[in-house]
Amino acid sequence: MKTLKIYSRIIVGVCATAMVFSLFVSVWQIQLEAPQYPEGLKMEIWSHKIAGDIDKINGLNHYIGMAQIKEQNFPEFKVMPWLIIAMVVLGLLTAASGKRFMLWINASYLVFCGIWGVWDFWRWEYHYGHNLNPHAAIIIPGMAYDPPLFGWKQMLNFTAGSFPDIGGWLIIGPSIVIVGVLIFEQVRKHKNKEQKTQQRETQLHHAKQSNAAA
Amino acid sequence: MKTKHFKLTLFLATVLAAVGILSSCKPKKVDSALSGDAASKVYVAPGKYDELYLFASGGFSGQVGIYGLPSGRLLKQIPVFSQNPENGYGYSEETKPMLMTSHGYIPWDDSHHPQLSRTNGQDDGRWLFINANNTPRIARMDLTTFKTVEIIELPNCAGNHASPFITPNTEYVVGATRFSVPYDASPDVPISSYKENFKGSISFVKVDKETGRMNLSFQLLVPGVDYDLSKAGKGVSDGWAFFTCYNSEEAHTFLEVNASQRDKDFVLAINWKKAEEYVKDGKGKKIPAKYVHNVYDEKSFTATSEMMNEVTVLDVKDLPGICYYIPCPKSPHGIAVDPTGEYICASGKLAAVVPVFSFSKIQKAIADKAFDGDFEGIPVIKYEAALDGEVNKIGLGPLHTEFDDKGNAYTSCFISSEIVKWNVKTKQILDRVPTYYSIGHLCVPMGDNIHPYGKYVIALNKITKDRYLPTGPELCQSAQLYDISGDKMQLLLDFPTIGEPHYAQAMPADIIKKNSVKFFKIDSNTNKYVTKTEKEARVVRQGNEVHVYMTCIRSHFVPDNIEGIKVGDNVYFHVTNLEQDWDVPHGFAVKGNDNSELLVMPGETQTLKWVPDRAGISPFYCTDFCSALHQEMQGYIRVSPVGSNTPIKFGTGDEENK
Repeated sequence: MKTLKIYSRIIVGVCATAMVFSLFVSVWQIQLEAPQYPEGLKMEIWSHKIAGDIDKINGLNHYIGMAQIKEQNFPEFKVMPWLIIAMVVLGLLTAASGKRFMLWINASYLVFCGIWGVWDFWRWEYHYGHNLNPHAAIIIPGMAYDPPLFGWKQMLNFTAGSFPDIGGWLIIGPSIVIVGVLIFEQVRKHKNKEQKTQQRETQLHHAKQSNAAA
Repeated sequence: MKTKHFKLTLFLATVLAAVGILSSCKPKKVDSALSGDAASKVYVAPGKYDELYLFASGGFSGQVGIYGLPSGRLLKQIPVFSQNPENGYGYSEETKPMLMTSHGYIPWDDSHHPQLSRTNGQDDGRWLFINANNTPRIARMDLTTFKTVEIIELPNCAGNHASPFITPNTEYVVGATRFSVPYDASPDVPISSYKENFKGSISFVKVDKETGRMNLSFQLLVPGVDYDLSKAGKGVSDGWAFFTCYNSEEAHTFLEVNASQRDKDFVLAINWKKAEEYVKDGKGKKIPAKYVHNVYDEKSFTATSEMMNEVTVLDVKDLPGICYYIPCPKSPHGIAVDPTGEYICASGKLAAVVPVFSFSKIQKAIADKAFDGDFEGIPVIKYEAALDGEVNKIGLGPLHTEFDDKGNAYTSCFISSEIVKWNVKTKQILDRVPTYYSIGHLCVPMGDNIHPYGKYVIALNKITKDRYLPTGPELCQSAQLYDISGDKMQLLLDFPTIGEPHYAQAMPADIIKKNSVKFFKIDSNTNKYVTKTEKEARVVRQGNEVHVYMTCIRSHFVPDNIEGIKVGDNVYFHVTNLEQDWDVPHGFAVKGNDNSELLVMPGETQTLKWVPDRAGISPFYCTDFCSALHQEMQGYIRVSPVGSNTPIKFGTGDEENK
């Protein structure tokens, strides 16, 4: 049972290939809505850069003392592309080799990346929202402005929404599928083991019966 | 096989559900549905009149815009502080003096706050006053002719923003400095000496009950903070005026940060009746100051500019009982006095609460000397001693408040772009509506009177974006009309405005409509250069000046052929419109004149100057479509070279006069 089913390997291969495209599009988005912004504002987080209405957002945030968002302050952008490339390579290797332990490594790595991503994002958001300039013009005691981790959150006159963007879905979707494939393969393996154990027992039983008969 | 499918499906389903739940929890936006009968409430049928006049400041246009409500139709732009080439205001010889200042002739200013004249605390429709923010001045408009008839400059003043604010019987029109500066008498000091040398001044301009004539009665010398806005007390607080002050940090640079540090700035309460007494007792000091006083006489249609040389100043530090500071969060902007005069609300634009002070509590605090020390020699009343209550969580960036006749207040919130309705006594918030977008001031018709006309509130916004068809990057300012006659506010109309209305005042149309002048009687015209009949039309040379006494009536000018003018002459066309009928103006323009046109109303005389730059024939014509033969209303001027001997000749038709 060390080898995976052929369709499992194809699915993993397709997933890995899909992940490549996340390097060329926005991975995560923060949407901002406010009464005086009918056109909305958007911040795009790519694997290697920040895009979107960053200048407008920086312009607004200085009233409440938030730090300016600058690409060079994010070491993550040097690392993330390689993390994604590793996802792709692992996936392709798993598909090519068809080995069960490769699938284990692949799925574990994806889950690890997911957990690290969430933690790192939360940590940056916390710092960004709490580290305020004490000389800011508008100070509301006790107020912090961490953007939401996922979903919508109201902050003063802004409704902020944090969601995966296309690239994010290109990583999350295939990751869920690959983990699903692992689960499927494990279930299949146990099923197989049970069947084999049952078969042996049946064989033994028959053998005993034959012996007894004989 | 079934188990494996089940587990996988369960897993995927959980993930999708989590995504769905989290993303659907979007905080609700306050939306205002247009009420079903909004259109019928704002439609004014052809031939019918609007209910109210709305007088809106033009802001950076320097003019006043007049609209009809509820239709939102623009009726007129009155030129006040900016030249208006459309009718010759600031270009004609008679109106040029209106734009004179102690700095010389200034063709533009920034007008912010219109105020209607009032009697017994009610708008009376006689005059409209407005301020000039840049080169400090206050103007008065006559609401029978809708013309600017007087402008007075304010010395020792800069950034004339808290201006003009009127006492309940138009005793005084009050203006104040937003930018504290060293007094004109000793001006050249380093900017960093702000705390020592820069002072504020509050000017009390007396208004004559009958004629409306203004006169700078006295100024109060006050500490150098920024005086932002003010309103006069009325009813129980008649005799007092209230100002918001920010920059109590006394910063002179990077105010965005440096003037936003202190938790509380101030409201300044002034007992102006007491100040009047001190002036009568001779306690005021006369100090030299140069400022102009320009008056437009409506019989001669001529403005004159007079330079004044001194002003009476009271130093409030030395004269107790005039000024008191009341702490107010934080960088307050607007201030409003409720119809009874008892409640005073100031909005701290960087705070989340609106404090409501009680006049009777302020009086008691003064009597009990409930002070928290002083600021630059002026007693500071304890916050709690003056406070009646706070309106909590009103919205973000509260700016201005006006009142209806049912004990409710309406406050504009700039950052959250909404109007919030609350009860003055209970401080409970009753309703909110969004404005589109970023509301600055708001206007309830007669909203600062003892008896407001509580039917509408008008939002005056700063950001327009997508409200109307786009017109490139420079957009008009948007305004919205709301019905406040019921419990909840209803959006009725969205209409564009000219310039930038910082504030507006509105009143029912009846009084003003009744008194509106249709035309000027030619017999009452006392202009120095009037020509009352066509027979008196003539051209007269005085050295290198040529005076053309011209008449116009449908559809010809007299004279319409003129000869004998030379290159370089100062030619003055004194044009009198002989019509005595409604809505028959005539225009006048000369080819190549680096000046504007004239629009002359029936019975009026106006003068346009021309310095011909070349020899030849220069046509002139009527520019305002006046009659079926308007196109025939033209004339020719022959300009001869310098030093030529062409005799003066003039006339219309076959007659030639000399």
